[in-house]
Amino acid sequence: MNYDMILAGVGGQGGISVSIVIAKAAMAEGLRVKQSEVHGMAQRGGEVLAHLRISDSEPASPTIPLGTASLLIAFEPLEALRYLPWLSAKAGSVISAIAPIKNIPNYPDIEAVLSAIRSLPRARLLDADALAREAGNARAANMVLVGAASWLLPLPVERLEAAIGEVFARKGQALVDVNLAAFRKGRDAAR
Amino acid sequence: MATETVMGDEAIALGALHAGISSAYAYPGTPSTEIMESFQAWKAAGAAPGSAPGSAGGSLDSLVAQWCSNEKTAYESALGASFAGRRVMVSMKHVGLNVAADPFINSALVKINGGLVVVVADDPGMHSSQDEQDSRVFADFARMPCFEPATQQEAYDMTREAFDFSEEHEVPVLMRITTRLAHSRSIIEARPARAVNPMHKTTDTKGWILMPAMARQRWKGLLAKQEAFRTRSEEAAVLALAGRKLGVIACGLARQYLAENLADFAASAGGMPSVLSINSYPVPVAKIRALAAAVDRILVLEEGYPYVEDQLRGVFGGPVPIAGKRSGELPLDGELSPDLVRKALGLPAREGFAPSALVAPGRPPQFCQGCPHADSYTALKEALSDYPLFSVNSDIGCYTLAALPPWNAIESCVDMGASVGMARGASGAGLSPAVAAIGDSTFYHSGLPNLVDAVSHGTDITLLILDNDTTGMTGAQPTIAPSSRLVPVLEGIGVDPAHIRVLRAHRTEHAANVAAIKEELAHRGPSVVLLVRECIEWMKKARNA
Repeated sequence: MNYDMILAGVGGQGGISVSIVIAKAAMAEGLRVKQSEVHGMAQRGGEVLAHLRISDSEPASPTIPLGTASLLIAFEPLEALRYLPWLSAKAGSVISAIAPIKNIPNYPDIEAVLSAIRSLPRARLLDADALAREAGNARAANMVLVGAASWLLPLPVERLEAAIGEVFARKGQALVDVNLAAFRKGRDAAR
Repeated sequence: MATETVMGDEAIALGALHAGISSAYAYPGTPSTEIMESFQAWKAAGAAPGSAPGSAGGSLDSLVAQWCSNEKTAYESALGASFAGRRVMVSMKHVGLNVAADPFINSALVKINGGLVVVVADDPGMHSSQDEQDSRVFADFARMPCFEPATQQEAYDMTREAFDFSEEHEVPVLMRITTRLAHSRSIIEARPARAVNPMHKTTDTKGWILMPAMARQRWKGLLAKQEAFRTRSEEAAVLALAGRKLGVIACGLARQYLAENLADFAASAGGMPSVLSINSYPVPVAKIRALAAAVDRILVLEEGYPYVEDQLRGVFGGPVPIAGKRSGELPLDGELSPDLVRKALGLPAREGFAPSALVAPGRPPQFCQGCPHADSYTALKEALSDYPLFSVNSDIGCYTLAALPPWNAIESCVDMGASVGMARGASGAGLSPAVAAIGDSTFYHSGLPNLVDAVSHGTDITLLILDNDTTGMTGAQPTIAPSSRLVPVLEGIGVDPAHIRVLRAHRTEHAANVAAIKEELAHRGPSVVLLVRECIEWMKKARNA
């Protein structure tokens, strides 16, 4: 079993937490993982791409080959489009937030961006910010997307929820609850 | 004992801890920063991953794990620890090794006592750097052995081995990694920790005094060790002979990119290629010859320069055709990827989603919302608007982002500390006003000697120290000396106190800041404007701690 994921967003959107949550759930399931992150200059509001590979044997490359990823989770819709070539044409799925981050002068028309995503096979758009606010904190939008992805990930939901508990435990039960609520809202919205 | 996933940087730090190091020194630099951050985090927590409590060699309590002013000072501290018989690690990014080049090259000549491992993280593709120099060439220049792990597990294992090797051969070992290994995570198996070395000062100080007569002996000795270094490379290289049509030499991480494509290659070519995996240098020539004797053609896969490839090609050509970066199967610039390796193997690209025509060329990094540097540059630009000709030299750090719109506020960025020296030279050449803009951490790193030059010669420059009390770009590490000490330092080296201005870098102070900068631009002689406000990234980090 190999399941490769691209996590795409803009620096500071919490992509690394998503990678850690899914990786923890996979390891609890006895799987091997390989995660690749971006640090340094690109973190300052630039495009950020993380790779996450889970497999029953040790993945070789830290980065995912083009045309092979099973899932693209995008925290920002233009970034979903940017990384499409990594997705397997036959089997790749997209889960993307709808809210644009317009920190560049040439940001395309947002409706065109969203309809380009809608036109893809196996794509799902979510108002992750709104669902996260309903869950109690707009900053939990990343966990909304994990919830939506939970239908596709080859991992039991309980493992993902346990991983969220573990990752946010250090920051207190209130934040654990908010992130779990965000996860469930995302899961329900993508049902 | 299996760990949680660890980054390549962490795997190296853990390998060093379990190898019984007593000290670690570094200056922050992407992608090497997390090595020192790991030591410091484990020390603060009193435990490292994969170790039962107390099993970390008992060394966490007494471990010296310090950020330094720059890579040269870090390296020299490491040498002192080795002299005392302790194991020590010094870590830096590739361009940091340029700063530490003097101690680095000469450290190959001294009689290493406690194991010394220098980790250099190269950044091919320049994710967060100004060049993509290949540290294997630097190791070669120093005649020093170089290890190049391919995975997190190898990073851990080879770090431990490197300390043993360093002590056995009385030479430092350069551990070369690249960005994708440094910043990717995987599960590793850690082994029980070794105890730290007892203090045992070198018994042979002649081996540490590089006066010409002694240095000549040491140099002969180093040259005589080369075959032993090569023997290690031979033993560690893995030759797997299979098909005759193609032989692949895969160095370090390239082996992982090759592995991604081997099944497809075997399916399309009717069998596996012969593969030689190299993980240390000098190059294992015997195994390379054995591969060459068994195949019709060789493809060289390596991250960085065509270092191995060039040695194979030589001047007269070899027994088999060689493919690689020189012949265009792979690019000479940028980093490798599974896809570039796939193409070099002659395999068709896998079918992905078509790229969208809507995607803009890129989303460049930019100042954080509310960053003090943005306010500093806004003030500087306005203060300069009266002058038809000026020069604004900048430096390495977040504030380099002022090169991009809407600021377009700087005109040069070359290396750590260069802003001050370049402003001085520009001033001498007649450009006025000559401005340097540098962060507080970079100022201490290597801007300070340049300012001493300017003060001693009374050069007409205006230095802006963008003082956020942190090393921001690498994730907000503390600056070597607190902001409060900057003014006494400036006064101490002779900057006229009347021309040391301390301003708060905030838009609410904009008019006053513009006026103050204008006054200092008009002053004929060295002047320093400190633009002070805390880093946004640091505040976030402090909040989350």
